[in-house]
Amino acid sequence: MNLKNIFTEIEKTDPEIYDRLDTRRNIMKGFGNLSGKLALAAVPLALSSLLNKAYAGDSGQRVDSINDVLNYALTLEYLEAGFYNSIVGSPGYLTASATAQAALSKIADDENKHVAFLQTVLGAAAVPTPTFDFTGGNGSGAGPFAGYLNSYAIQLAMAQTFEDTGVRAYKGQATALMSDNDILTAALNIHSVEARHASHIRQMRRALGAAGAVPAGVDLKPYITLNQSGIAAPFDAAVAASYAGEEATTQATLNLLTIGGMTFTAEDASAAFDETLDMAQVLAIVDPFIV
Amino acid sequence: MKQQKSSPPIQEETIISPYGLQRRNMFKFLGAAAAITAVGVSCKKDDDPGTMNNGAVNLGSGDTGILNYAYALEQLEAAFYTQVVATPYSGISADELNYMKDIKNHEIIHREFFKAAIGSAAIIGLTVNFSSIDFTSRSSVLATAMAFEDLGVNAYNGAGKLIVSADYLTLAGKIVSVEARHAALIRDLITPGTFANSVDINALDTAKSPAEVLAIAGTYITNTIDASNLPTS
Repeated sequence: MNLKNIFTEIEKTDPEIYDRLDTRRNIMKGFGNLSGKLALAAVPLALSSLLNKAYAGDSGQRVDSINDVLNYALTLEYLEAGFYNSIVGSPGYLTASATAQAALSKIADDENKHVAFLQTVLGAAAVPTPTFDFTGGNGSGAGPFAGYLNSYAIQLAMAQTFEDTGVRAYKGQATALMSDNDILTAALNIHSVEARHASHIRQMRRALGAAGAVPAGVDLKPYITLNQSGIAAPFDAAVAASYAGEEATTQATLNLLTIGGMTFTAEDASAAFDETLDMAQVLAIVDPFIV
Repeated sequence: MKQQKSSPPIQEETIISPYGLQRRNMFKFLGAAAAITAVGVSCKKDDDPGTMNNGAVNLGSGDTGILNYAYALEQLEAAFYTQVVATPYSGISADELNYMKDIKNHEIIHREFFKAAIGSAAIIGLTVNFSSIDFTSRSSVLATAMAFEDLGVNAYNGAGKLIVSADYLTLAGKIVSVEARHAALIRDLITPGTFANSVDINALDTAKSPAEVLAIAGTYITNTIDASNLPTS
């Protein structure tokens, strides 16, 4: 597991992380009590609740500085850029049409530019890139996406999930950037580009249908309907957390299913708004990809 | 630019100041203000000149002003796609028509969301002018759709820093990514693979100020929009 690495990375930019959580020893002792398969299943949840405790509920003082958020964003961009860089030219990629290859290369280019941009903004404070296991196997190379280099369908399923997750991750940090107008605006300007990428990848998968690991009977759209990934088994379980909560049809206490004297389907009401993911939720999602 | 016949917008920026109010309190406050409005506000000719005398639709100030700004843009988009679905362009495919219906519904939901969220401080329903659009022409409709969707992305990205309430900022974020998904789709319908050709040298989208956005959007809106009370930083 790479939990220690995650905490180490956070500690670099937020030295008080352990004070927020508990003592380091108690954290690791807590994880030590978990064992075997139960531990593997429970760790993301445990991490999530720990980080929620650490970052939520502080009153008055800013707990996660602007740089913390930017390094978090940079880490996600490292993940995306590293992923696209690994698939461009891969056997799976080479089975795709020239148009599709061009689109993936374009997105790879955008993500590499996002990395460079955030590195420039952060300067010396920028975290280095982690080591990734894009199979989602925590360094085993045998995660649920093993074989992705040879499968265009898996590549697109992963790309969609990374993009949709990125959109939710940036959205979740907007309020943490409110004290710096320029940084907030830059983050929003990246956020919408991730959404453009997601839209296009979804169109690419729709065009492939079953050959693109789209489940039978699913009408995959450029926007997220309900909490559906539109990704077939056995990969659906591995990506479900990226779509949990997207089924919301209530916003700011207003019921979007019946509003303004009109009725709307849950598909339309949920697709009209994308949802946030907080830092802990995203870290739990990307954890299997970070060695 | 003429005033619409319906009643003038209700302006309450002196009463409602969302600064520092949590959303729940904000809604409570709006509710109370609404009651005051019902008995206390009428269109007196001599006061509140920015709102009444020149016939302009005043968006108001603070977060309420920004929400009205978003409401105005969503009104424009919803009206556009309503027309597209009512009179589809010639040669429209089944897939394209379904996309247009989806987007129409998303934009109407956005519009009605803002109207309900703003409550009594909401601007009037705007009158649109689509005379420059040929709704029978695929290229005319999609070019306009692209302009509207990209403009929506620019607008929300530019408005983010003007919002004081964290809850409203998050709501704007929830909507702008959907507009970006639309924008990418429309761009791909026009020329496949152009989904993100909007980006700059750093692969960032663009943020536009309300003044920049309204200069463009205003050409499709009959009412004059007065954005002079919106926050600028």
